[in-house]
Amino acid sequence: MSDGMLELTAVAAAAAIADGELSAEELFEAYRGRAAADRAAGEQGLNCFTWVAPEGSPADAASGPLAGLPIAVKDLFCTKDVPSQSGSRILEGYLPPYTATAVERLTGAGARLLAKTNQDEFAMGSSNENSAYGPVRNPWARTRVPGGSSGGSAAAVAAGLAPWALGTDTGGSIRQPAALCGVVGLKPTYGAVSRYGMIAFASSLDQAGPIARDVRDAALALSQMVGQDPCDATSLQFPEAIELPSAERLEGLRLGVPEELTSGAAGIEAGVQDAFRAALASAEELGAELSEVSLAHAPHALSAYYVLAPAEASSNLARFDGVRYGMRAEDADELLEMYTRTRHDGFGPEVKRRIMLGTYALSSGYYEAYYGRAQRVRTKISEDFSKAFEQVDLILTPTAPTVAFELGEKADDPLAMYLNDFCTVPMSLAGIPAISIPCGLAGGLPVGLQIAGPAFSENRLLEAAHALERALAFDGSAARV
Amino acid sequence: MITDDEVLHVARLARLALSGQEIAPMARELSAVLDHIARIGELDLDDVPPTSHVVEVSGALRADEPRPCLPREVALAQAPAVSDDGFLVPSPNA
Repeated sequence: MSDGMLELTAVAAAAAIADGELSAEELFEAYRGRAAADRAAGEQGLNCFTWVAPEGSPADAASGPLAGLPIAVKDLFCTKDVPSQSGSRILEGYLPPYTATAVERLTGAGARLLAKTNQDEFAMGSSNENSAYGPVRNPWARTRVPGGSSGGSAAAVAAGLAPWALGTDTGGSIRQPAALCGVVGLKPTYGAVSRYGMIAFASSLDQAGPIARDVRDAALALSQMVGQDPCDATSLQFPEAIELPSAERLEGLRLGVPEELTSGAAGIEAGVQDAFRAALASAEELGAELSEVSLAHAPHALSAYYVLAPAEASSNLARFDGVRYGMRAEDADELLEMYTRTRHDGFGPEVKRRIMLGTYALSSGYYEAYYGRAQRVRTKISEDFSKAFEQVDLILTPTAPTVAFELGEKADDPLAMYLNDFCTVPMSLAGIPAISIPCGLAGGLPVGLQIAGPAFSENRLLEAAHALERALAFDGSAARV
Repeated sequence: MITDDEVLHVARLARLALSGQEIAPMARELSAVLDHIARIGELDLDDVPPTSHVVEVSGALRADEPRPCLPREVALAQAPAVSDDGFLVPSPNA
């Protein structure tokens, strides 16, 4: 069984371990060795990881549905006594005194922490170039970005350095890197998974979710993550159990295609457009009914998002002041100077830009024009989705307007970078679940199909994604290292 | 267009030091993003209520029972500087 164990999905590996056909210890060590080799190679490798479990780390007696499965976890999840730096210099070497609920639920179900994954600093970015620990490379083409901010998680899963991984999504940070790396990424309904122990970016948007090789693996991870948590007052009891999907057909399912997020005017490049249209044809062949829906305010989502998220970030990141944890600027004579210099030295350029943007939007005289208006746009976007979901069950769009771009290509143009999130931000603002599955290649690089549904429609979303995944039969083997 | 003075004002509010060379690029980049954002000014939003949170949660209270909190030595363990049993910082008015 150990031959070919790296090819197993998490669902298959869990079954093999439960049946005694596969040693959990052997599986963990195989992945650990691969992850450690990538870490040792630094930027000569894919640079997916900021920490890898040391050799011979003791295995807890693993039991439960995930018994013995290794999992890689985005750096911004607090993991007790394991470095949790959120991709930032300001938290270099930070060892949290507790573990995030989402991680604890997975390890409580038997999963084992394999590694922490590289990410854009404080999850701010769409290319992983904003990490203080160097950019991650896309395993499909090493001169290209893996997407972000959960770029390390997506690249690690695509390259076969981890069977699956945890990411977080604020405006697309699970879905977009999953799309650019040719893997599956699911952003759950806001509140479905506890945010406790996630180093916060924008609290009304941040949501944890799985990045996986296939849809069933994503479902298995999610099934163990959801649920109310006394430590996160915005977490909710999920109304039903998350099931492993098995649908092969889509008869009776009504799928909506919003012009606003799928046309050339939305900045969707031709190759992505072709793969998306082919996926729509597959959905029809499977028996789904396709129709146009309107999300009239969706083109304004990006503007609203780039007010709301930086505003929340400017408040959340006020805690990094050199007093209680993380780095402190040397030799400051006086308290205010210690704060301002610590933050200058500890934060990277994109984080500074967003703190400045958010502080500006919240400052006296500008609050209503920016923050107030953005909150009203958010209402209109939610209303658009509610209306659309009266006509259709799920909505399909490309996940990202382009395939993976070259490292450095957009680094000097923040606005061009932000446009990566054009198709994913509307769902984030509405708090609804959305999944990205690979739907083909354009110029040899993966294209993602985004499927979104109403709040708590994860099971329906997973069933549709599973049927489409089978029909599309995407082959990700070229990315394995 | 955001001026250099406005950049410095906002940086002061954000408790962020900026070096001389960082000010002009910051003004330029913020202006580009704010120009894009300004498009939401064209929408008619007069009667639209704001959304601050997408989920309706009310009465999310836990039982009011005493329980242990983080031990002091654990809370202090990651601090850059401590003194006796507290966080040590430079004087505010040195």
